[in-house]
Amino acid sequence: MTSLPQPLMTHLLSVLIFLPLAGAFLLIFLPKENKRLLRNTAFVLTLADFLLSLPVAILFDGSTAAMQFVEKVPWIPQYGISYHVGVDGISLWLLMLTTFLMPITILSTYTSVEKHVKEFMIFMLLLEVGMVGVFLAVDLFLFYIFWELVLIPMYFLIGVWGSDRRIYSAIKFFLFTFAGSVLMLVAIIALYFHHYAVTGVYSTDLLAMAELVIPVKLQFWMFAAFALAFAFKVPMFPFHTWLPDAHVDAPTAGSVILAAVLLKMGTYGFLRFAIPLFPVAAVDLTPLLATLAVIGILYGAFVAMVQKDIKKLVAYSSVAHLGFVMLGLFAFNVQGIEGGILQMVNHGISTGALFLLVGILYERRHTRLISEYGGLSRVVPLYAACFMVITLSSIGLPGLNGFVGEFLILVGAFRPMRALTVVAASGVIFAAVYLLWMYQRVMFGTITNEKNRHLPDMNAREVAYMLPLIVFVFWIGVYPQTFLRKMDASVTALVARIEAKRQAALADSPPGETLVARYFDVGKGGADGTAGH
Amino acid sequence: MVGGILQYLWLVPALPLLGVIVNSAIALFAERPVLLRENAHGEGGHGAGDAHGHHASPPYRKLVAFLGPAVVGASFAVSVLAVLALAARPAHDRLFVQVLFPWVQAGTFQAPAALQLDPLSAVMILVVTGVGFLIHVYSVGYMSHEKAFARYFVYLNLFTFAMLLLVLGSNFLVMFVGWEGVGLCSYLLIGYWYEKKSAADAGKKAFVVNRVGDFGFLVAIFLIFWTFGSVDYTEVFARIPVLSERGVLTTGIATAITLLLFVGATGKSAQIPLYVWLPDAMEGPTPVSALIHAATMVTAGVYMVARTSALYLLAPTSMAVVAVVGAATAIFSATIGITQNDIKRVLAYSTVSQLGYMFLACGVGAFAAGIFHLMTHAFFKALLFLGSGSVIHALSGEQDMRKMGSLKKRLPVTFTTMFIATLAISGIPGLSGFFSKDEILWKSFSSGHGHAALWAVGTAAAGITAFYMFRLVFLTFFGDSRMDPDVERHVHESPYSMTVPLMLLAVLSVAGGWIGIPEALGGHNYFEAWLAPVFGHGTEGAAHGGGHHSLALEYLLMAGSVGVALCGIGLAWYLYRARPGVPKEIAGRVPGLYDVVLNKYYVDEIYDAAIVRRIVNGSVWLWEAFDATFIDGIVNGVGALVRGAGERARRLQTGVVGSYALSLLLGAVIVVGFLIWP
Repeated sequence: MTSLPQPLMTHLLSVLIFLPLAGAFLLIFLPKENKRLLRNTAFVLTLADFLLSLPVAILFDGSTAAMQFVEKVPWIPQYGISYHVGVDGISLWLLMLTTFLMPITILSTYTSVEKHVKEFMIFMLLLEVGMVGVFLAVDLFLFYIFWELVLIPMYFLIGVWGSDRRIYSAIKFFLFTFAGSVLMLVAIIALYFHHYAVTGVYSTDLLAMAELVIPVKLQFWMFAAFALAFAFKVPMFPFHTWLPDAHVDAPTAGSVILAAVLLKMGTYGFLRFAIPLFPVAAVDLTPLLATLAVIGILYGAFVAMVQKDIKKLVAYSSVAHLGFVMLGLFAFNVQGIEGGILQMVNHGISTGALFLLVGILYERRHTRLISEYGGLSRVVPLYAACFMVITLSSIGLPGLNGFVGEFLILVGAFRPMRALTVVAASGVIFAAVYLLWMYQRVMFGTITNEKNRHLPDMNAREVAYMLPLIVFVFWIGVYPQTFLRKMDASVTALVARIEAKRQAALADSPPGETLVARYFDVGKGGADGTAGH
Repeated sequence: MVGGILQYLWLVPALPLLGVIVNSAIALFAERPVLLRENAHGEGGHGAGDAHGHHASPPYRKLVAFLGPAVVGASFAVSVLAVLALAARPAHDRLFVQVLFPWVQAGTFQAPAALQLDPLSAVMILVVTGVGFLIHVYSVGYMSHEKAFARYFVYLNLFTFAMLLLVLGSNFLVMFVGWEGVGLCSYLLIGYWYEKKSAADAGKKAFVVNRVGDFGFLVAIFLIFWTFGSVDYTEVFARIPVLSERGVLTTGIATAITLLLFVGATGKSAQIPLYVWLPDAMEGPTPVSALIHAATMVTAGVYMVARTSALYLLAPTSMAVVAVVGAATAIFSATIGITQNDIKRVLAYSTVSQLGYMFLACGVGAFAAGIFHLMTHAFFKALLFLGSGSVIHALSGEQDMRKMGSLKKRLPVTFTTMFIATLAISGIPGLSGFFSKDEILWKSFSSGHGHAALWAVGTAAAGITAFYMFRLVFLTFFGDSRMDPDVERHVHESPYSMTVPLMLLAVLSVAGGWIGIPEALGGHNYFEAWLAPVFGHGTEGAAHGGGHHSLALEYLLMAGSVGVALCGIGLAWYLYRARPGVPKEIAGRVPGLYDVVLNKYYVDEIYDAAIVRRIVNGSVWLWEAFDATFIDGIVNGVGALVRGAGERARRLQTGVVGSYALSLLLGAVIVVGFLIWP
């Protein structure tokens, strides 16, 4: 199946990654003043990228855990670095989410971004290169390049096109993520030399790394470094404070992409790298990570409840939602992980849509303060209806997308972590509180602010980009089979692999060994001579 | 087998769903432009009351007025046929499962979208679609002055759909969909007049309090899945014996599951301590109160407990909890009902109280009796609410009974039908409420799970019920008129679309109980026999557990409860007809107690102070002190350090991107260094 004859098909993933890059180059040569042309070109390019990604989803074979649509060419052979991309059941829907949201986001900027349109669109396209690349890279070096590539355009999107305290927020965003990246880089390098020490071959290939049985002490430090990098990105409590600032000051398009895709890079990183490479450490540190995830669920909900700024409220709600995702991943069973992946997609759709909706309001009134609104239902009924559907999706109403993800996460996590899951499940109560309360204050009541009396309802363009999101809200909620079944083989294999590798790595460990002894005692030196610092 | 119609079981929920889709389209494309145009003409405050200015009815409203009720009526027709087909089967074979499509499925977890018709869900769908249809018809008249007419029917149809999913689902997850779905519709319908703050607040309160219950339900589902390996009713219940034997299903686990489920039930069915949302829910239009907050949705908890009766019977503690909470709620809310002056609030507390009876029945193992009362209550309480709606409609939106009186002659149909319902709820022999309530009281005394104290509380509550219901009737329909002259001039009996449903419900309120006449009174209790395949050993335990009680005792208790009801009626007559000054005097003599009861024991205020305020204040602290000061303090401290370093590096580079590049460079040096080192 993956060997379809057309050259396009054999290089499909590369086309997906580099089409936006080519587009960015193309944009350089377009006249700066012709905003309409710039916007349309960017839109067509991202739409084309989405359409080209459809065959990947349709032809994807859900019955195998192997990487599909693989392309592998040596890149820097002397260091064992190759250009290796592929897609499996874990990355498929994140790829689709990215390509799906890009044209929608571009469409939302037609009237909201007026300054430096050319540069804005170039950054958006570069962002897509990085995001698609992150989800497709099967080589650690390549992954790191894309990971860092995402950082720069987002930094500028916030810093240049943002509002109020945009410089502060942009720097904060940058420093947090970057601090994590550095740690990850160190761990990648250490892993690289460990691989060489064991096999005698230099390689940065993930599949090669995955074959290693890494000594447990080394696992601990490497996992810690990876986990920290990803935890900053997710963001997990207590590393989340960059998120509300970044969201509040980012332009709408930036917020959408940040919430919908960039945060998923963190959770995806856990699932793709930190957990399968270092399963012993991952399992051992689960109590810590799951507890932080659950704290995030409640903390995000509580703090969201008392926000005065709608965008900040949605930002804190992301902390809560991503807490659910993390909890699911660390359940280490099929329900939890499939639920976690699905919830990544759901969060992308629901929170992305929420930011778009807030953007629509912001564009009309230039304020995001809840107190500035009230009674909008009457003047903008269509907008209110869309907002209601998305709010309910975010609350996790059964029949809509959020429920399926949350439920699978909780049902999966309940088995290994009963008490924590019960606490996490109480998050569903508070999600209803903060979102419905916000909805009530914005939409219900009588119009108290005269400026809102003649607010125009959503226009055709706004409906056009909101409608696809709503379709998926229902689709995933009613028939999640479409999405879950393509994950099965990969997730099942991952779960089995985690356990098998854990057993292998722990083969020499005495039964009943305490964690402190496992990681910190001076033990019998293994093959990990290169590990220490 | 004439079971062909069963293949169309999916139509029962699908027809109301069709209504939702078509009415939504109408609301969006036909109604929205009209409403927006009216807005643009700048016509001020609207919709705070029930009735407002007339205007010519555009064609889309006629379509909605037809379609809204028609889909539910059609659904009722299919339900009747399906139930007949089910009844044609032998008793042990009365279970039909229809799998529609796989829904949530991951690993070993499987929850298909599947429907199940058995005697229990048969009763429920008949009540939901039957009573629901009448209320839809009534709504056409009642809501005829409302502008957002299509939106109303979207919600009402959506509610019917969700409720049907709740009772027809063949696994816990589908039930949960309906469970949350009806909660959503309740939210939307309570907040129908969303411009009124109290309405929007009440809607939110309903949803949030319900969610507290849903949380219990959700955790129960997790526990059920990991205990039984399935969430399908048939499989779960079939595995009980094996798992009990193997020691997997201990009493402790059964107790945990059932108590968690009961948390869900207390939310949806407004029991202590989660009943607080229901009285506020009266902010919604009155037909909604009748349908959702009396006849159907609030009975979902009873249905759920009855559905899982097999699990409850394994957990004596849970049974006791259910019975005690039910009895306590029955009497607690009945006392509040005495003091309320808003006609709908009296009925609301009455509903809470009657739901308490149903749980009392379930708690003593008389599940069939609980469902029986659920059904008869649906008839007479829907009637009472619709009747009160007719009164409110006639009085241009007035709900305060102190401003009513002497309406007997002016609203003859409303009066007659409401009076019948009042007799039924008071437990006057021969009417439906008598049979079902008496069954519960008898079982609460005689069943193996019963207790004399439960009976005593239940009987006392019955007396109070008769009292406050007759108080309502006397204040509303008898005595001198206390209406505003303006209001009085417009009093009129409601149109046929409203009175015909009242009459039909009156017939059901009388005769609906005849299918469950106990053997002690020469009946056959067909109802209990019909449900026997579902409750099996449950009814057995309840019926024969009390085998040693004599028939004479049953008659004695029956006479006792009727006597108490008559006392309540007599007292109401004395206080509100013979000596109308006395109630004020009594209230004046015990001002403290009266105020406490009038203010609903200050439970709302206590919840607000003890829970809501604390959470909000705590959250503000978390945000301002913890997030902004503590965590960001650390971050900014680190930032300052970095900036300090940056100052020194400024000669080389400016700005963060510069230092980023620098760091990458450094990183590259490290890489190269490592490469050279070995």
